[in-house]
Amino acid sequence: MSEAISALNGAVFKEGIAEILGLDPIGMISIRGDLSASYMKKALKKAVGVGMPGIREISLAGDKGVAWMSPDELLLICPYTDVANALESLKKGFGDNHALAVNVSDARAVFRIKGPNTREVLAKLAPVDLSPQAFGPGMIRRTRLAQVPAAFWMEDTDTAQLVCFRSVAQYVFDLLKTAAQPGSEVGFYRS
Amino acid sequence: MSTRIATGGRLLNKSNAVSFSFNGKQLRGFEGDTLASALLANDQMLVGRSFKYHRPRGVVAAGPEEPNALVNLGRAGKFEPNQRATTTELFDGLNAESQNHWPSLEFDVGAINKYLSRFLPAGFYYKMFIHPRPFWKHVYEPIIRHSAGLGKAPKDQDADSYEHFYAFCDVLIIGGGVAGLEAARTAGRSGARVILLEQTAHWGGRAPVDGGTIEGTPVNSFVDDLVAELSTMSNVEMRTRVMGAGVYDHGYVLGYERLTDHAPQAAGPRHRLWRIRAGHVITATGAIERPLSFAGNDIPGVMLAASIRDYLVNYGVSVGDRTVVVTNNDDAYRTAIALVEAGLSVPAVLDARVLPQDSPLMVRAKELGIRVMMGHAISRVKGTKRVAAVEVCSQAGEGAVLETIACEAVAMSGGWAPVVHLWSHCGGKLVWDTTLATFRPDVDNPPLGADGHGFVTAAGAAAGFFGLDDILHDAHAAADGVATALGFKLPSEVVSPNASRQEEAPLTPVWLMPQGAGVNLREKAWLDYQNDVKVSDIRLAAQEGFVSVEHAKRYTTLGMATDQGKLSNVNGLATLAGAMNADIPSVGTTTFRPPYHPISMGSIGGEARGDVFQPVRRTPMHDWHEANGAEWEPVGQWRRPYSYNRPGESTHDAVMREVTNTRTKMGLLDASTLGKIIVKGPDAGKFLDLLYTNMMSSLKPGKCRYGLMCSENGFLIDDGVVARIDDDTFLCHTTTGGAERIHQHMEEWLQTEWWDFDVYVANVTEQYAQIAVVGPNARKCLEKLGGMDVSKDALAFMEWADGTLGGFDCRIYRISFSGELSYEIAVDAGQGQAFWDALMVAGNDLGVMPYGTECLHILRAEKGFIMIGDETDGTIIPQDLGLNWAISKKKDDYLGKRAQERSHMVDPNRWKLVGLETTDGSTLPDGAYAVGDGVNENNQRTMIGRVTSTYHSPTLGKGIAMGLVLNGPDRMGEVLDFPGTDGKTYQAKIVDPIFYDKEGAKQNV
Repeated sequence: MSEAISALNGAVFKEGIAEILGLDPIGMISIRGDLSASYMKKALKKAVGVGMPGIREISLAGDKGVAWMSPDELLLICPYTDVANALESLKKGFGDNHALAVNVSDARAVFRIKGPNTREVLAKLAPVDLSPQAFGPGMIRRTRLAQVPAAFWMEDTDTAQLVCFRSVAQYVFDLLKTAAQPGSEVGFYRS
Repeated sequence: MSTRIATGGRLLNKSNAVSFSFNGKQLRGFEGDTLASALLANDQMLVGRSFKYHRPRGVVAAGPEEPNALVNLGRAGKFEPNQRATTTELFDGLNAESQNHWPSLEFDVGAINKYLSRFLPAGFYYKMFIHPRPFWKHVYEPIIRHSAGLGKAPKDQDADSYEHFYAFCDVLIIGGGVAGLEAARTAGRSGARVILLEQTAHWGGRAPVDGGTIEGTPVNSFVDDLVAELSTMSNVEMRTRVMGAGVYDHGYVLGYERLTDHAPQAAGPRHRLWRIRAGHVITATGAIERPLSFAGNDIPGVMLAASIRDYLVNYGVSVGDRTVVVTNNDDAYRTAIALVEAGLSVPAVLDARVLPQDSPLMVRAKELGIRVMMGHAISRVKGTKRVAAVEVCSQAGEGAVLETIACEAVAMSGGWAPVVHLWSHCGGKLVWDTTLATFRPDVDNPPLGADGHGFVTAAGAAAGFFGLDDILHDAHAAADGVATALGFKLPSEVVSPNASRQEEAPLTPVWLMPQGAGVNLREKAWLDYQNDVKVSDIRLAAQEGFVSVEHAKRYTTLGMATDQGKLSNVNGLATLAGAMNADIPSVGTTTFRPPYHPISMGSIGGEARGDVFQPVRRTPMHDWHEANGAEWEPVGQWRRPYSYNRPGESTHDAVMREVTNTRTKMGLLDASTLGKIIVKGPDAGKFLDLLYTNMMSSLKPGKCRYGLMCSENGFLIDDGVVARIDDDTFLCHTTTGGAERIHQHMEEWLQTEWWDFDVYVANVTEQYAQIAVVGPNARKCLEKLGGMDVSKDALAFMEWADGTLGGFDCRIYRISFSGELSYEIAVDAGQGQAFWDALMVAGNDLGVMPYGTECLHILRAEKGFIMIGDETDGTIIPQDLGLNWAISKKKDDYLGKRAQERSHMVDPNRWKLVGLETTDGSTLPDGAYAVGDGVNENNQRTMIGRVTSTYHSPTLGKGIAMGLVLNGPDRMGEVLDFPGTDGKTYQAKIVDPIFYDKEGAKQNV
């Protein structure tokens, strides 16, 4: 195996109202199953050490975590190199129960949006209430970014991490750059 | 002449003069001017020509209702037509040109039309240009197209950028006049999240011009204090230069922000479209003054009375030394008073009313020495390019001239109409207010939200309240009610401010001046300035039977111009009602549609232009393809290489080379775009048996099977190879365009019909780079890479296995869409490029070449494999394509089964798939139809078949094709005629669709 190549390989845009960074791949496992079942909660705890997130929430502990995606879908997050172990751990945890866990790490591209205007850059592209009262760390939105699906969460109040499909990584990077163009501050959110 | 006076101009920064040009003339204005006020300050009364008669036209209004002052603005990449001078803020270097004139604004050839106006009545075009028929296309239409139209279409690419912004709030208030400001204060103090939008650059609306006091202080300072107070409230967002453009269902509102129109050199986007979700919308959009209909009311210098006041107070502009005021209400007296107080002359106020006693405003006017003539009207305005005088008559008469008064300007007021557009966009109803003689929002019939309650509330003048005190009280009450309904509570100490009250005499409706005006006056009395619709046109429409308001509108074009009838609608309705002897409410209004005022196309597109116009999906090997001569083919949003052209090689030659090389040596295809969907669960087999026409549950782990998927109507929607991974898990390949669609199809059936099935699906298309290694040397190449056993015994045709190749973890499917020995190998997407590189190296001395989609098509066509989208078009069932072998006879049911049993589906006359071979070896035109004897019921040649796929096969050295033909399989060897669009008729023989290696020996080695 050679080193996994991300779709954009370290793209950076720093000239705008927020910094846009293409990140190295992270481990992502798509999980479908009964989110209320105790085996599911235990399997998550065992695999990444966090509890079940609430609706539209993300439970993160360092570089591991679980995000709520839909009433029967989760996204498990871990270091890229831990995916095989996490999958194995989930498989054991699920036992004979009907559930699905698949590796989607390579199907995604990951970005970080950084700086005081992060919320505005996202609000130009996603139909999401990004005000600090409505959306803060610990929450995730599975939504669209202009014309493609995307999901994002706040790492801290000024930093967001965003995932999209790998094939549209360039489109999303260009979108974020456009939304962060110099002189395009909106000045809408107040802390 | 119109000029700048020494006093006034509260919006100007007179210390900052700016220069601009109009029709090449260098002019000067001040920071704070609009283009209209600056033009008037430079005595540029004539600003454009009308649409139909090319009549000289001047500025009429001071806001977005302006019908005449439209200009071409800017140059090259910044050029934009139809820009309203009244809403264009002046900036240094602004470059404007008037529209609709030729050769010049001052001398216009098209103005000849006005002498022909008698021959150009409403409906003229409909009546005149019908006969003779061919004349329309070749004579009439080119001439009309040349002479009609307002601005020019831009020729250069737009140099600016645009964006959207999604915002959310509890209460959205549209309009930053005193009503909007008071509503924002009230809603804000209740704790609601408030957004307040104002279309101009200034707060306060027209109240500072109209005057009065609030809580004992002048309106001006009240506005300043209120703005200051609101600025400190963190839950209130205030934006100027944002117009509420449209109100839509579910509290969705578009706001149009003009960021750099007033400062074109500034960085950042030009316009921003706000896409707001509001819990409730308050429209504090004010009112628009109505013109009066009298002869010559379109001559430059005839303006709305309040607009003349605006130019005087806001911009220090006098439209003329002598202004005659003509009115049917008290408000116009404010203009007369303001003009005289500014030292200008008002020779007369012609008041159409006859009142028992003077109102306070009339008393004040008389105190200033103004001559007030009650019961009087304008018979006709004299002048051509500007007002010279008015001829005075009795309103009650037919226009006999009593006296002629010389003047430079006419200030007219026909009363006020609330701006109900935003209230009406989503279904808010209107009532006719007989006192105000206008439509206003019907509070009992607001636009309804999903909960059945109104989600829009009109406030202030927009609700039909015109006194300052009434406006403030109404706005306060409206916002309080809205906030309370949303669950917020207004602190009891927050109360409505009280304002001075000004008693006014009631208005008298005047729809024609004088009321008995004959046709010679009526045909010079304009209703719609921009589209040149006159009182006489509306009457003619009624006379010719266009009595529905929507019909009359379209017949006469009333209200159809870029101002959407802001000035003309009510006057037009009233005229129509008068002509029909009906009352106005029974005639009703036309429909108010967004946007309120034109918004730029750029703002609607937002960021979606240039690189981000549309998403382009790239496979992990995209850059390699690009660097190696790929000619791109769009497949859905993907880009796939059509062929890899070598330097100097034509696309056709490249395709032929790729086909031959793959058949004789080895080719690589990037198949990553094909859909891959995991289906897992105890009921997965049962689920797939229902989705596919053939049996999938009987597939053994480790094996692959080709399957067909139909819609519930029986039509073929997708195909692909299914691999059984383990007892519970299948991987379904879909077509490139089918991945998302089929995933959704599966979810839909699982969520709505078969929710009791224990099945989960996941779309893992993009997790893998998938590469087809195809050709006689394919196995040798993989063996060279080393790793898993890829021999025939270890990995037979239609089997799959996991393992490693050249150190890469991979899954190999031994499937073939080419008829050759073929392996489709999936690796993690992040490994895709490295694995492709490894294959290219390993295949180097085995003759490896990449191949594109056209080669893939030819390879499959030689084998008679169908392609979804070529052989299918949404009306084709598998039986049409001879795919009965892929339809299980054992299954009780599958999606499409019952539909395929219907009489039309089992009709033996359905066209069926056959191969086609031209008699001379040429290639059939794509999509060509085979014709039979005779004609059909539409007198067209009888058609008996069509070409679905056609290529030149380098393998066979001739053209091959597939097609659907009536009774095709029973007509083997018959020759059909295919007329081409090139005038040639092609002849092709019906043959077996499998042209190459019918036994399948080559793929099974």
